[in-house]
Amino acid sequence: MAYIELKNIDAGYVKGSPILKDFHLEVERGELISLLGPSGCGKTTTLRTIAGFISPEKGQVIIDGKDVTKLPPNKRNIGLVFQTYALFPHLSVYENVAYGLKRRKVAKDVIAEKIKNVLELVSLTGFEERLPANLSGGQRQRVALARSLVIEPDLLLLDEPLSNLDAKLRDEMRAELSRLQHQLGITMIYVTHDQIEALSLSSKIIVMNEGNIEQMGTPEEIYEKPATQFVAKFVGFDNVLDASFVKCDNNGNVIVDVNGKEIVVSRVQNIDIKSLNKGDELKLLFRPDDTIISNEKVENGILATLNYANYQGNASSYALSYNGIEIRAISQNIDVVNRKDIYFAIPSDKIMIER
Amino acid sequence: MKKSKFLIFIVVLAVIFLIGPFIIIIISSFNETSVMKFPPKGFSLQWYQKVFSVDMFRTTFLISLKVGALATLTALVIGIPVAYLNVRYNYKGKNVVELLFSSPAIIPGLVIGFALLRFFIYVAQVPITLGLYLGHTAILFPYTVRVVSASLRNFDLSVEEAAVSLGSSPLGAFFRVVFPNIQAGVVAAFILAFITSFNNVPISLFLTGPGVSTLPIQMLVYMEYYYDPTISALSSIIIVLTVIIIQTAEKMLGISKYM
Repeated sequence: MAYIELKNIDAGYVKGSPILKDFHLEVERGELISLLGPSGCGKTTTLRTIAGFISPEKGQVIIDGKDVTKLPPNKRNIGLVFQTYALFPHLSVYENVAYGLKRRKVAKDVIAEKIKNVLELVSLTGFEERLPANLSGGQRQRVALARSLVIEPDLLLLDEPLSNLDAKLRDEMRAELSRLQHQLGITMIYVTHDQIEALSLSSKIIVMNEGNIEQMGTPEEIYEKPATQFVAKFVGFDNVLDASFVKCDNNGNVIVDVNGKEIVVSRVQNIDIKSLNKGDELKLLFRPDDTIISNEKVENGILATLNYANYQGNASSYALSYNGIEIRAISQNIDVVNRKDIYFAIPSDKIMIER
Repeated sequence: MKKSKFLIFIVVLAVIFLIGPFIIIIISSFNETSVMKFPPKGFSLQWYQKVFSVDMFRTTFLISLKVGALATLTALVIGIPVAYLNVRYNYKGKNVVELLFSSPAIIPGLVIGFALLRFFIYVAQVPITLGLYLGHTAILFPYTVRVVSASLRNFDLSVEEAAVSLGSSPLGAFFRVVFPNIQAGVVAAFILAFITSFNNVPISLFLTGPGVSTLPIQMLVYMEYYYDPTISALSSIIIVLTVIIIQTAEKMLGISKYM
């Protein structure tokens, strides 16, 4: 049985119009699972339901075999890390971290020992007496982590914990979180709208949209084989072309027609090829960084109009228009001075087909 | 941008209008003659001496102090939970409660005073001091609820939730985490409400009687009989004390952001 289970959950903020409807989720012990999706997709609602701050109208929350649906949040032994860190402004770092232990009536010397260890773990030794106001964003984040780790929670929930940090700090903290997770083996559920964060941290990703799970899988599966158009767009399949089905060849490749030009697609996952008939309308999805730009005619190349090119050092970013559709590409630098006509091509194994 | 001379003129006019009476009162309190005069004649501190020698001023000052402190405390003890409920939760009838508690103008002191007189003192035979205390408490709610609400709104709900997730009961989280961080607001509410009670006339007018009166009412009564600058001296003392209290609170707590 899974360590954490949500069964048939209806939950939300307004009674009668739940954000999550008949929602299911299973998380294994020791996993770091990400809930990824745009704002309003229900990821925070899921987190708050697990934490106990939202009581579901229907369904069950089960942690380690125990039904905790009716258990108030202060009895659940769950660590929470907030986007705003939510440190206690009037308490020192030491007192912030000691808060949960004191509520558990842990002996003073044990508290001191545990705090010493956890501050070492998050590299904050020597900051015990500081107030949160005198800490940097990254340090505050570490205190928030230490505060929820020191109670040795059954589960750590993180709600966009890195989104208030600048890019460099975010990278550091991401690495640190990853290290802590491996070192402590604690089960974590991580809410984010940032695909890179989810891809680099998680053992499993759940992509959510409008209260539903669109896809659940390893980072590789989500990134390489998005199951739906929504997931595809979310992980960077920004370009869409209309096409129609022509035939399948003997190697299992699909040949499609894009405005009279035949294009080969070699990697077809989420469509049953046998169900396709000639002339069926399809959509081709592909990433800007898989799109190749060229001055000369290339195999599978399609002629388009160049809108602009933006030099970025090792590559350029291009915007083309093709039949009124904008195509974006990040590709090798080519000479585009006074050029209007340009070819773009997509490797046949980098195209996703959607109906 | 070039400042308009006309606008400056308006501002100066408003300032004179606002603090003019105070200046006149303070200057006239140093009069030598026993009739209030402006500009004053000579200089003397005798009226200040008189303030402290009139027994009625001393007793009513103490009553004002007691009623003000008790009513303010009561309005806070009830006002803080009301503010908390309104800031944190949605419930049926919240609009009405907010309207009642948020605007001092919506509760006319005269009506409250009259109602309390009619039903508490006449019908229920409640002692006058109790009526005074209840009436003052009622008009102070808007001040305590509004000021405490403002500081609660500035306090991140996640901090409270963090305390709960670490094992605090909701009540424990309030006293350990929320209250210490809205203290400045609570003190601001106390000062504002206390000054409001101390200066109140409409309610006290109905609810004072033989032997029980507040300082402002006593001042009115005194003026009906005597027209000497004692009242000016007393008013000056009140003005200076109020300014000192507000300024100290502003320096130490920055209370202006709650008002």
